[in-house]
Amino acid sequence: MGTPLTGYLVVAALLFSIGLAGALVRRNAIMVLIGIELMLNAANLNFIAFWRYSPHPEALTGMMFAIFSIAVAAAEAAVGLGLVISIHRHTGTTDLDKMNRMKG
Amino acid sequence: MFYLIAALTLAGALAAMTLKHLVHAALAVTVAFGGLALFFLSLDAQFAGFAQILVYIGAVAILVVFAILLTRGSELPKDGVFSRTWFVGLPIAAGIFAVLGWAVIASSKALPSETATPAVNVHDIGVALVGRYVLPLEILALLLTAATIGAVIVALHEKERAK
Repeated sequence: MGTPLTGYLVVAALLFSIGLAGALVRRNAIMVLIGIELMLNAANLNFIAFWRYSPHPEALTGMMFAIFSIAVAAAEAAVGLGLVISIHRHTGTTDLDKMNRMKG
Repeated sequence: MFYLIAALTLAGALAAMTLKHLVHAALAVTVAFGGLALFFLSLDAQFAGFAQILVYIGAVAILVVFAILLTRGSELPKDGVFSRTWFVGLPIAAGIFAVLGWAVIASSKALPSETATPAVNVHDIGVALVGRYVLPLEILALLLTAATIGAVIVALHEKERAK
């Protein structure tokens, strides 16, 4: 398998695919958001793994990217769940198959 | 060790995406986030690992559980947890994994393989944050403030009903 980096990249690809499958397949809007979080986390794992095995880890590029990505993902989760709660209050459901109008 | 953490993380993610009860799914995704934090710690990225624990296990998981309970998501839906178009989504995800896996395996000879442990401590990260990366840090602070205010406004806005 070459370097240990390959294992991390395969795990991250698998995690990304699980998150994508969840985001595409689940009915509930909250579960779709969790799937998107899993995809973001898979990308973070790639950043950290590449940073660890890179020739110049003291440049901190991958580490910084992962830290900023964690912060942006937190903001995304807050806004996304706020939207889900607002939509639930407005329409009484979080089922994405029943949300087919943009105008309330 | 690597295979143990990988099995834990992937089992958590898979359980989160397949479990019927949303609260159970939220707990499973917390396990997956914890596995990722262990990955970060085992990759000598202590700061990112502890940030992952604080932000994901501490904040996002709690937020998800609150959202599930506020939207009565703990009740089982009558017509299944999967969307009507699941047979489209699964092949797309499998195809994406095939492409990603092929790319990783095909390029595994060219990947970097430095084995020396990077000598980076929290002090270096702090200096880099307020030095080279100060503009992204400020933008991120603005983004977080805007996101917090926006989330509160969106979630608290009481729509007056017509009836």
